[in-house]
Amino acid sequence: MDFDIIVTSLPKLVDGLGVTVQLTGLALIIGICIAVPLALLRVSKNPLLWMPVYLYAFYFRGTPLLVQLFLVYYGAGQFREALQDVGLWTLFREAWFCALLTLTLNTAAYTVEILRGAIQAVPAGEIEAARACGMSRGLLYRRIILPKAARIALPAYGNEVIFLFQATSIVSIITIMDLTGVARVIVARTFDVYEIYITAGLMYLAVTYGIVGVFKLVERRIYRHMRPRRETSAAPQLAGQAG
Amino acid sequence: MLIDLRGYGWMLVEGLWVTLLVGLSALAVAIVLGLAAAAAKLSGRRWLQVLAGLYTTVIRGIPELLLLLIVFYGTPTLIQSLAARWGWDMVIDFDPFVAGVLTLGFIYGAFATEVFRGAFQAVPVGQIEAARACGMSSRLTLRRIVLPQVWRFALPGLGNVWLILIKATALVSVIQLDELMRKAYIAMGATKLPFNFFLVASFLYLGITVVSMALQYRLEVWSNRGVRRA
Repeated sequence: MDFDIIVTSLPKLVDGLGVTVQLTGLALIIGICIAVPLALLRVSKNPLLWMPVYLYAFYFRGTPLLVQLFLVYYGAGQFREALQDVGLWTLFREAWFCALLTLTLNTAAYTVEILRGAIQAVPAGEIEAARACGMSRGLLYRRIILPKAARIALPAYGNEVIFLFQATSIVSIITIMDLTGVARVIVARTFDVYEIYITAGLMYLAVTYGIVGVFKLVERRIYRHMRPRRETSAAPQLAGQAG
Repeated sequence: MLIDLRGYGWMLVEGLWVTLLVGLSALAVAIVLGLAAAAAKLSGRRWLQVLAGLYTTVIRGIPELLLLLIVFYGTPTLIQSLAARWGWDMVIDFDPFVAGVLTLGFIYGAFATEVFRGAFQAVPVGQIEAARACGMSSRLTLRRIVLPQVWRFALPGLGNVWLILIKATALVSVIQLDELMRKAYIAMGATKLPFNFFLVASFLYLGITVVSMALQYRLEVWSNRGVRRA
């Protein structure tokens, strides 16, 4: 183990982590903005509305992120002239834009399905009660269904955030200098394979469990009305001993 | 053919075959590791629990690609530098297939661990007590009562692990293994038609997903045939 190389390359790795976090954050924000309206279409009873969303989600959930990334990054080259005509080529030429686009479409697809499950899990009684109170559809969604669905979706969404954060490492394959990309460049230059990759791995690990911790805190807060009032009333442990 | 592949379609079929081979081999490794680590977590021995906990925690916190790079490039370097310390001079090259299978198996073994742990705990305690009361040894209880049911409880979770794993095999193309992604990449270089090849490749992955889901459904129906439903 050569610790000097770790110390000297730490600033570069931190820069790379910045790119990773930036890509993850942007993809998550844009992704959820796309996913919420799509999820509303997805739960509609009209096949013309839910079918396209279903197919979109099915495609992006059923194929590897890498193939999606290549489809956008390399695939755009096949339509270069068409893209130049509409002035989009300057965007698709940039690896960074292709990466963000792919990550966004990917996370939005997963988020749509998470939200669909959550919306459908809102108890029917609450919806009936809201209707009986005379709420309109819009008000019903705004006041009852969406807040409740957000609460139900939170744990699954936390997993999606972690999944996306780790998945961003593949953008290094299309030359982006994220944490993995920086690590690969340093390794190619110094041949200190173990030192650099393990340092990068520990950085991913730290951020991953940071995200886990944040979601735990948020969950504690928004589910606090469901916590047992006294410590003594904790649910009995189900201890299944096997073998 | 709807999409022009310039006669390179057969390459994708070859790649698909390698992808399936890597995926299935890695799944086998993952199941073995998962069962072992789940058994360690439930063993009640402190050091085994700590070891298995460390395994699942670390693996699930690091991206697959980075782990693949660590195993493929790191392991030979480590062995070589250790050998050099003992005065041996050796060059080790990992076979990409073996490295890919071991890495993917190692990663998804961590996910399978949680699936198996849940499945072991889903076996009703009463059945285990009943078996012990009948005089079965703990090994016999495991073989006759617990394990046959573990598969049933583990099947939905394992199906998920498989679906994620088969998609992750695309990453193995990075270490030059000639699976579907890499074949599509090579064909792209020859034909300058990247969109066509990656689109067809993505549909092939989608096909694997669809077939796997159908198979999983059949398996679940089959393994639950003895379950009474209200």
